[in-house]
Amino acid sequence: MSGRVLVGVKRVIDYAVKIRVKPDNSGVVTDGVKHSMNPFCEIAVEEAVKLKEKKLIKEVVAVSCGPQQAQETIRTALAMGADRGIHVEVSGKDYDALGPLQVSKILAALAKKEEAQLIILGKQAIDDDCNQTGQMTAALLDWPQGTFASEVSLEGDKVKVLREIDGGLETIKINTPAVVTADLRLNTPRYATLPNIMKAKKKKIVNVKPADLGVDVTSRLEILRVDDPPQRQAGVKVETVEDLVGKLKEAGRI
Amino acid sequence: MSFKTAVLLLPLLFTSLIIGLSIINLSACNIYIRVGTGFLQRFQSTLVVAEHNNDKLTPITLNAITAASKLGGEVSCLVAGTDCAKVVEQISKVQGVKKVLVAQHDSYKGSLPEELTPLILATQKQFSFTHICAGASAFGKNLLPRVAAKLDVAPVSDIIEIKSPDTFVRTIYAGNALSTVKCNESVKVFTVRGTSFEAASTEGGNATSENVAPSSPTGISEWLEQSLTKSDRPELTSAKVVVSGGRGLKSGENFKLLYDLADKLNAAVGASRAAVDAGFVPNDMQVGQTGKIVAPELYIAVGISGAIQHLAGMKDSKTIVAINKDPEAPIFQVADYGLVADLFKAVPEMTEALSK
Repeated sequence: MSGRVLVGVKRVIDYAVKIRVKPDNSGVVTDGVKHSMNPFCEIAVEEAVKLKEKKLIKEVVAVSCGPQQAQETIRTALAMGADRGIHVEVSGKDYDALGPLQVSKILAALAKKEEAQLIILGKQAIDDDCNQTGQMTAALLDWPQGTFASEVSLEGDKVKVLREIDGGLETIKINTPAVVTADLRLNTPRYATLPNIMKAKKKKIVNVKPADLGVDVTSRLEILRVDDPPQRQAGVKVETVEDLVGKLKEAGRI
Repeated sequence: MSFKTAVLLLPLLFTSLIIGLSIINLSACNIYIRVGTGFLQRFQSTLVVAEHNNDKLTPITLNAITAASKLGGEVSCLVAGTDCAKVVEQISKVQGVKKVLVAQHDSYKGSLPEELTPLILATQKQFSFTHICAGASAFGKNLLPRVAAKLDVAPVSDIIEIKSPDTFVRTIYAGNALSTVKCNESVKVFTVRGTSFEAASTEGGNATSENVAPSSPTGISEWLEQSLTKSDRPELTSAKVVVSGGRGLKSGENFKLLYDLADKLNAAVGASRAAVDAGFVPNDMQVGQTGKIVAPELYIAVGISGAIQHLAGMKDSKTIVAINKDPEAPIFQVADYGLVADLFKAVPEMTEALSK
């Protein structure tokens, strides 16, 4: 295989931030909150760049759907080694309602347009925790899927994927073109160095609209409200193991 | 369409509407369901995609069946595999299941979503379910979004509550917010968080079984092998007690301390991401946002700081115990009982105290 890889990257609230639910229960506070690239997307970018470094593919295209700021996330992918970017601009109400179904339609349309051989995505975004986009993109394209990948090897026109499953690991072999979603153990993403960040500024990001791709972004999912989860009651500190075992016995837990 | 044809078609539409409502299981009744939303509730029908290993039903399917039963309609289960007889027998006895649909074919080896999706679509075409669900396990997460995309509907992942046939609650941001979602799709496709619904009883049911025609193999993917972590301990996601270790264990060998303690408690052993990344234990033991979600009666976190991502996987446990030498560790904020101590001393002591 020596084709083109499409990598989907999402801008999300940074994984270390303690999120706050809006007082009107319409969502989570995002204004003025630190955002970064979704950790699983970083792993996807790293894998694509590695494949290019091994000369197994010729071009890595980073795609992000979202408002203006999504360009920063694409820039990060470019600094990590992606060749060019595509920003699918979705903002305002459309962005609030943008879900995996719409994103997968956009990615599927881009994959066809760009004649991609492989799409690598993260297995889930840490904000909506959906774990759907890769599977849905594969479905729309009728391509096979290698989800939750912890090892990817290209073997001719096939991809061997080691997958993380509930009981351990499994190996599948899928035809290309294919969609692969990255699990945490796939690789360790590199840090973008300053020279590479500078170089990334010269790389091209093309701006498109979902309509240009013939994708309708209306959603039939409606978020009625967002709440804080129930708070746990404060616990007690025990002094000794004996005390701990005693308390657990009392509570009927052991 | 001219006015005349419209008038001519109206009675026709009306007759078929009545037929559509009386025999709702006939295909192509989607339009009538949308027309008669008032009737929707009565004609709920749910397909649960059963997860199994050709020998045994995976426990999370039982939780998914309970969720499906809450929708109020008829529950059918689809068993697809290379050898279905045993599983069909088990699932026929599960309370709440009305019908078991069986598709046996060699192409279902390894439960590849590329092969199972056409089968589910064909089944959907035949029976027009209003809901299609599965447990939110690696199997369900892999398969259902693919099915949903083919139906051109947005799926709902990992639901923890059913408010009504179209309204679900799920967690977002690593369990730090609850999102109530209304799904206006013609078919609701969702995965169920196993720990949020009781397991359906494996006795007392009396479902009929029916063969469905296997789909023709697509051949675009191939299952090669699996390597499962073997253990005599209870399965992590359904264990009553879980003992988990983190970076504080320092090495894979030291996990033996936790295995010994777990044996005394008949507990499963879990781990934080740090312990998995450091190679102490295999990845399938990871508890957290991106690992397994557990909600045992007792969760003992040993040498785990309690990062947001770990808490996402265990904070619905009934009782949480933390053993950590750092009194500032965030795990103490969710622990019912906290012991600030060196785990290398405390854990063997606890094992011994339980031997008495």
